[in-house]
This record gives sequence, structure tokens and C-alpha cells, in this order.
Amino acid sequence: MSTNSDNLHGREAVDLLKSHISTGNARPVLQEIHAALEALLATGTTSTIDLGAIPFGPGDERLLDEVLGKGELSATLDVLGTSHVEETGIPGVWRIDHFDQNGETLSRFVEVTFLPEILKTQRADAEAGLARLAIRLEEHDSRTH
Amino acid sequence: MADKPLLPDLMKAHGISRRGFLKYCATLTSAMALPPMLAPKVAHALETTARPSVIWLSFQECTGCTEAITRSHAPTIEDLIFNVISLDYHHTLQAASGDAAEHAREQAMKDNWGNYLVVVDGSIPIGNPGYSTIAGISNLDMLKETAEGAAAIVAVGTCAAYGGIPHADPNPTGAVSVSDIITDKPIINVPGCPPIPIVMTSVLAQFLTFGLESIEVDKLGRPKAFFGETIHDRCYRRPFYDKGLFAEGFDDEGAREGWCLYKLGCKGPTTRSVCATVKWNNGTSFPIQAGHGCLGCTEPDFWDNGGFYKPLSVPAGEYRKLGLAAVAGGAALGVAGGAVGRANKARAARAHETVDAHDLEKKT
Repeated sequence: MSTNSDNLHGREAVDLLKSHISTGNARPVLQEIHAALEALLATGTTSTIDLGAIPFGPGDERLLDEVLGKGELSATLDVLGTSHVEETGIPGVWRIDHFDQNGETLSRFVEVTFLPEILKTQRADAEAGLARLAIRLEEHDSRTH
Repeated sequence: MADKPLLPDLMKAHGISRRGFLKYCATLTSAMALPPMLAPKVAHALETTARPSVIWLSFQECTGCTEAITRSHAPTIEDLIFNVISLDYHHTLQAASGDAAEHAREQAMKDNWGNYLVVVDGSIPIGNPGYSTIAGISNLDMLKETAEGAAAIVAVGTCAAYGGIPHADPNPTGAVSVSDIITDKPIINVPGCPPIPIVMTSVLAQFLTFGLESIEVDKLGRPKAFFGETIHDRCYRRPFYDKGLFAEGFDDEGAREGWCLYKLGCKGPTTRSVCATVKWNNGTSFPIQAGHGCLGCTEPDFWDNGGFYKPLSVPAGEYRKLGLAAVAGGAALGVAGGAVGRANKARAARAHETVDAHDLEKKT
């Protein structure tokens, strides 16, 4: 522990201690991301890595964030709770974190793709949208005529 | 089952978009410990499979398994009840009681004969059927009657899977597991005291979306996806074990540094479960992370497997064997069952060890 940690107590000290816990799994995951990005560029194959399936300590999380960094695009979905979709500082590598209505984490993924599927408008939703637009136009016309 | 709407229809009716369905499928796939690329297949299964009828039987148990499953966060029990299954009987969760509840069970069996899923928590006392009854029906009779028309049975919790704590020495009620009684139906064991909530819901979800054949089980009937590796294999303290760094007490330097709890009795090396990765309380922590060794609750006879605070290298006590020998001896002498029961009770009282905080810290 560093000298700074000697001045910390209670929750802060515990948080600092926890931030050092590492399983050593971040490095192999980063290697997997590297291979997935090569495959995306070579053949167009997309990949998804489930971060919930791997033992990941706060130290691993920190290393992943440090190496990938922040990118240009970030989106928040409001569907069955929120979902955060962010392109990392490595274009083509995305972080997707799903949360429930109480803000609890449901699942966490790294997607290596040009555009995550969940960001695209789904055909079924577009069809529902078409019907909804027709109704709204009818309502508008009935009010104005 | 034809009148039960499919999940996408239900979601659409509730104004949930296709994106929501994709999110649900991605999370469900992760919870089922399946590769993420199978999410489209999960979606397809949910789009095309009718919700099967589920009958949940709670026998000799503490309701901890039901308590736990109601805390599952992904998928939630509400997801399962409203989206994936038709939970037709669960006497703790259902509003109906008495005759009405039993009629619901009988009706569900009649309507879905040969196709419904039975979930059991709790052990079954066979020493005297009167030890545990529901609406006047003994657990033994209800299990046999309900299992007859079932497609498969899921035994949740260590009591249903192996007898659990009721089965612990001296087993005063003659508690046995589901598989001790039912031998002609597929049985999936999901042990734990209680099992991790999302492991329970995920096994049910996988069974219901991909079918029984999709679940590979080990020799104890446990799904390998969740019981394929020991807690020790995936424990974040494992590097300390490999380096020979062990906590010797619950308050020493090793404990504060987060070293391995092997010498404090941790049963992680012999216990198969995903506690170290899936964790508890919505993925917050698990016993070893909280500073206490694993008790080994997903393994048979964990309660009688020596002391919780004795390292695995210390031989387990002989009291279980002694207890069995005494029962066998009593039967050979023609001693009446009641007398054996009283003798067992007296022996249990004599063998009972009182453990205080000092013992917990210094006993190793």
C-alpha cells in the first residue's frame, strides 16, 4: 500500500484496497479483442465477449479501460432500464453495459463490430412506427379539417 | 398451451420494443453461461416456443431457495413467471390456498400431462410421511403423484438434490433427495444452500428455451455450465494459494491482505459452483470475498463433512459413521423406531459442539 493509503479510513480505504484486486484476466481479454478486430477487418466477422463470464476484479476493469480508452461515440438506451453503448478509443471496439430499472448491472459485453446491432432500428419497431405514424397523421388531419 | 402468448407478443403488448427483446436475450444468454453468439438462437427459441406449465413443490425446506430465487436479477422470477413459464402451482408464491391451490395443481397436471416441468425444493421425509404434509398429502405421495406426468424434474437446493440439512446426521425424519425416490424421469440437480438465484433461473430458462438435451450434467446431475469447475479454480484469491500465502486467522495480516483461506477451512477446492464469477446479491460479492471460507454447500453431505473451520487436509470426524452404525445396530436388535429416534436425538445432543467466536478464530 502506498503512503497515501495510510491516511484513508473506512469505506475509502476498502475501495482503494479493492481497486488493486486483479485476476490477471484483463491481458488475455485484450489479446482476444486484438484478434477479434483483426478478424473484423479481414473477413467482416463480428465478435462478442461476455465480461460476466470471466473473473474480473476492479484492477482488471481499470486495465481494460486504460488500454481501450474513450472513443467518439456514446449512447444511452432507455429500454427495460438503461443500456450504455460506447465506442472505445479503439474504433470498432464497443462496450455495452445493460442495467435494469433499479440501475443494477444485468450484463456487460465487449462487441467488436462496425455498428452494434442494438443501436440499429429493428424492423419490427420500424413497422410499429409506421402504423403509429399513420394514426398520428389521421388524428392530426381530423383535428385540422 | 396454445392459448398462452409467446414472449415477443407479450412484450409488444406491453409497449416494449424489439431492442428491449434483444437486450433481454443478450442478458439471458449471459446468465445461462452460453456464448454471446448464441443470443440470436435464444431469441429464436423464445419467439417460437410456447410457455410450458411449471409445478413447484416445496417440501421439507426452510423456504430459503424460494426466498433466493425471488432475488434473482437476471432473469428475475417475474421474468420467468410472466414471460417464459406458466407457473401454475407454488404454494408459497400463489395467492390461492387450501383446496383451490390443490385444484390448480391437479388442473395443470391434467391439462399438460407428459409435458409439464416439476421443480422441487426441500427433502422428502420417509421416516414418517406425517412429518411434512401439504393439504393433508404427504410429501412422498405428492412427489410420486406429480412426477408421474412430468417431462422432467429440477431439484433446486441441496435438500432436494441430496437431502441437505434435514439429511444431516442423525437425520431424524429419514430425509432423502428427489432422485432417491424418482428414478424414471430426467432429474437436473441445482444444489446450493440456497443456490445462487440466477443459477436457478438460468437453468430453468435454458431448459425452457433449448430443452433438456441442451443441459450437460455431471455425475451428480448438476449442469456443467454452473458446476463444471471448483470455486477454487476461479477464486480471485487463487494466486495467493499458488504462492503459499495463507491467512492463519480471521484477523491476522494474511486475512487483511486477502490471502487464501484454505487453512481456515475453505472448501473451495472441492466445491463446484460459480460463486466466484457469478457471485451473490446481484453480483456484488461471495463468501470468500467477504473474508469467510466456502462451506461447500453445493456438495452432498456438506453439513457432515468435518468442521467448517478445519482445513481440507484434516480428516473429517467419525461421528457420521458412528451414527449410522448405531442406527443399524438398533434395528438389528429389534429396537422400536421410536426408541431409535430418541436415542438418535440424545446422541445428537451429546455430540453437539458449541462454537464461540474464539473457537472460530483459533481452532485451525
